[in-house]
Amino acid sequence: MQDDRARKELLITIIAGLLDGIRHVAVGASSPIPAAGAMLLRARNDQQGKPPIKISILGSSRHNFFTNGGVELFDCAAQGRVDAFFLGGGQIDGAGNINLVGTGDYPRMDVRWPGSFGSAYLYHLIPRVILFREEHSPRVLVPKVDFVSAAAVTPEVKRRGGPHALLTNLALFDFDRNSGGFRLRSVHPGYTAEDVRDRTGFDYELPQIVPPTPAPDRATVELIRGRILDELAECYPEFARSLAAAA
Amino acid sequence: MTEMVSLEALVASIAPGQSVAIPVDRAGVSMAATAAMIEAGLTGLHLVCVPISGLQADLLIGAGVAAVVETSAVSLGEAGGAPRFSAAVRAGSITLRDATCPAIHAGLLAGQKGVPFMPIAGIIGSDLLQVRPDWKVIDSPVGEPGKVVVVPAITPDVALFHAPEADRFGNVRIGRYRELATMAYAAKRTLVTVERIVERDLMATEDSAAGVLPGLYVDAIAVAENGAWPLPLWDEYETDGAELSRYAAMARTDEGFRVYLSTFLSRSKQVA
Repeated sequence: MQDDRARKELLITIIAGLLDGIRHVAVGASSPIPAAGAMLLRARNDQQGKPPIKISILGSSRHNFFTNGGVELFDCAAQGRVDAFFLGGGQIDGAGNINLVGTGDYPRMDVRWPGSFGSAYLYHLIPRVILFREEHSPRVLVPKVDFVSAAAVTPEVKRRGGPHALLTNLALFDFDRNSGGFRLRSVHPGYTAEDVRDRTGFDYELPQIVPPTPAPDRATVELIRGRILDELAECYPEFARSLAAAA
Repeated sequence: MTEMVSLEALVASIAPGQSVAIPVDRAGVSMAATAAMIEAGLTGLHLVCVPISGLQADLLIGAGVAAVVETSAVSLGEAGGAPRFSAAVRAGSITLRDATCPAIHAGLLAGQKGVPFMPIAGIIGSDLLQVRPDWKVIDSPVGEPGKVVVVPAITPDVALFHAPEADRFGNVRIGRYRELATMAYAAKRTLVTVERIVERDLMATEDSAAGVLPGLYVDAIAVAENGAWPLPLWDEYETDGAELSRYAAMARTDEGFRVYLSTFLSRSKQVA
């Protein structure tokens, strides 16, 4: 088992890699790890003289570029001005569909979650949607979601958006929009491909050789513990404190 | 003409069964009016959450004020799920109109423009289309052939929010929270609580007028200091996180919720 700081630093590093090449990423209000990943990519691009990336943190007044109210993010996505976004899900199924509504039969569900938020729309419009859910278990990663908040693949309608990857505490999967399913890309240090199989409720493509997820190099770790922690402290003070305290 | 009224009078102008549009936590939630609505014993309200809600909707559901909840989510954010909302869903004691954020914005935009519906991208493939039979999938009548979702206009009876200040003419400063203007344009009546009434004319300069909802759209204003508490008000105060956590813990049971509610109502009275 890795310690909690190593786990968070690994996830942050993977997210920065998944975002490479984008111009503008939007991050939900209570998503410190995705935000940190985006900040890491921004810092790296700065260091390497690559074009800067814009990060919109929803709910933050300092870290967003919007002046037209709550609708602007959605309009911006429809105009093709948001390249990447993060979605989670109480359930995520093997076809990439996500459920943010609840389990059991609608409407009087056994467990009710907050609701679909903007997922039903943004999944269609943002090219690189990263599914991020720390818990990797059969109750989260199910064969079929009980309620489709947002559908991953809809051949009946043209779309530019959809899932790009699924990242959990155990592993990283790529999503193949042609086959409509996930393919295991790498398994995080401390786990095996068998652990992933045991804790995943849906079927996915398993390559012959599954490499370990590369751990962050020294320069990356230093960047996270320095500049990224400082930037995080503005938006996610609790999270920044917990990450710093682990040192 | 905008009326300057007491908080009680403001709330007394809402009738049982009316639809009330309320904003997302950070945009200026009138918690003062929420307490007054519960005190007044209002029932049967149809909440339109623009586009989601938190403590406000959970309190109104738990206190039996809301009968219909149209929303893209109800959540206490960092403090967790919305306990009275979840309990009411399980009990079947509220009618749900599940949505997705931009569909609520689109419905209000149709209301603002006085047209019956608004087309909106995406959504196809979502089970929301199954549970919202009032949302339709049509063949686009113009442009490239293809399917598109249309949602009906939302025209709330009342738009209700809290803002830092209004002037004597009923102009209200809303900053960049433009959804407050959209709510007001679409609603039949707009009720606003504010921290204070200022003596200057908010429409006097281009700078200040740009962030203002004109009194033309505002029916009544009541002063309620600290009126968004424990939710935040931009440029004025932050979320009272400890209070939200306290609520989240207490409202897990109906009994705990009742205890919280009585403290919340008496505190609101003292402040008012």
